[in-house]
Amino acid sequence: MTMAGFTSDEMMTVAAARRLGNGAVCFVGIGLPSTAANLARLLHAPDVVLIYESGPIGAKPAVLPLSIGDGILAETADTVVSTPEIFRYWLQGERIDVGFLGAAQIDRFANINTTVIGDYQRPTVRLPGAGGAPEISTSAMEVLVIAKQSKRSFVERLDFITSAGFLGGGNARERAGIRGRGPVAVITDLCVLRPEEGSRELVVASIHPGVTREKIHANTGWDVRFDRDCGETDAPTEVELVVLRDLLARTAAAHGKVGNAA
Amino acid sequence: MAEWVSLSEAIATHLHDGDFVALEGFTHLIPFAAGHEIVRQGRRRLRLVRMTPDLIYDQLIGAGCADKLTFSWGGNPGVGSLHRFRDAVENGWPGPLQIEERSHSDLANAYVAGAANLPFAVLRAYAGTSFEEAFPHIRRVTCPFTGERLAATPSIRPDVTIIHAQKADRKGNVLLWGILGVQKEAVLAAKRAVVTVEERVEALDAPPNACVLPHWVVSAVCLVPRGATPSYAHGYYERDNAFYQLWDAISRERDSFAAWLKRHVLDTANFGEYLRVQAEHRALESAQ
Repeated sequence: MTMAGFTSDEMMTVAAARRLGNGAVCFVGIGLPSTAANLARLLHAPDVVLIYESGPIGAKPAVLPLSIGDGILAETADTVVSTPEIFRYWLQGERIDVGFLGAAQIDRFANINTTVIGDYQRPTVRLPGAGGAPEISTSAMEVLVIAKQSKRSFVERLDFITSAGFLGGGNARERAGIRGRGPVAVITDLCVLRPEEGSRELVVASIHPGVTREKIHANTGWDVRFDRDCGETDAPTEVELVVLRDLLARTAAAHGKVGNAA
Repeated sequence: MAEWVSLSEAIATHLHDGDFVALEGFTHLIPFAAGHEIVRQGRRRLRLVRMTPDLIYDQLIGAGCADKLTFSWGGNPGVGSLHRFRDAVENGWPGPLQIEERSHSDLANAYVAGAANLPFAVLRAYAGTSFEEAFPHIRRVTCPFTGERLAATPSIRPDVTIIHAQKADRKGNVLLWGILGVQKEAVLAAKRAVVTVEERVEALDAPPNACVLPHWVVSAVCLVPRGATPSYAHGYYERDNAFYQLWDAISRERDSFAAWLKRHVLDTANFGEYLRVQAEHRALESAQ
């Protein structure tokens, strides 16, 4: 879907990249989070430290990795440690500023399901499972989520909570003894949502250019509300678009396929 | 004490029906050749464990080798679903597959606990999720010093762990580098360990802190060049990304999977022959 010179996927990736500050230590999921985090590194955050669960710390890949353990991550990292060390010393050790996650399904309190759709024993759809996400979402100081928005992915009720957002809302997360602050933004191809103060329910904080409120309603499985200050997301700049397209083109040339797949 | 043997001999000697088996390798150094040999020798009722059961376990599950899978992420990295795994879980084909699901952090800690000869792992995990109520293997313990409630999960102690590495010397000391995943922990947690390697060398010439598995913690070492393809071996060959994409089509239907398995694994004598058949097929396809 092209509008005014950029696609909704490009808008999503750029909006997500902007959220990652320079110098942050970021635990990166593969797919959309990895694309956005590397775009941030190439734009405004050259000193961001990208950590992948396979072991690379400070990875600076020239092209996007297809898998979480591609050789280019090891070759460009400051150091490569074992997977137990990543989870024990670095994540549980609370050395991660930002956990950057994708989501198959998400609810109004930013809880995430990547396990099953339907009954656990007789699932309608068997999803890949947890990976590193349950502990990233609780042990990272804060969490960014990037996901395409639709009624299938933004649902009223999750069949399985793989990773904790704000649970039932309010201070439920703190009451469960979770240490990290949790999701601070959910970036989609339509808008940016953030947890409302107090209720912790996701509300629309900014709408991407060309997207209507009706479209957001039509692609959300609950009666989504809009922040009082909800405005329009800044459109991608020319520099943002050039750097993103260049990264994806380099990736496609290296892997023989477009590299923005989740 | 490590013995240099053929891969078929190593699997015949060390892997038995019903064993609890780990084939580890985190995207890198995945022991595909060993997985194929398990299929060729028709092992049954295996209880498999692996953090990331990707194509290698899709093949073992589709071939009917497994009764149970313990895992934390099951997908075709960068491509999509594992169709044979999903068919087993969703439809019980080719037989029912019991699953024990955990997170990466849990399984990594559980291998560490196994290597440390402890019965369980303790970690800060799963708070607020559905895991605890869904699975009896995830419980809570209270820290005797601070009172903090922490997750406790059973350690992983395989009967056999199989890994692929870059080099081993004459005695069977093994050296691996690059992305190491949980291979060292998985080997030290297991009763028996089989290692396939790219190269047999006179001396490892490894720096002092390199990841070396001494020969006396390894049961068998097998020389299998390219034994990790279509995954990669750092310093030897790249990941065969095209095969991961091809696998999506091969594995999508039961018939196409069965035909592939017969032609490429069951009807080939060893991994060398598998590589030749693969190369012929791929050359034919690209010529068309």
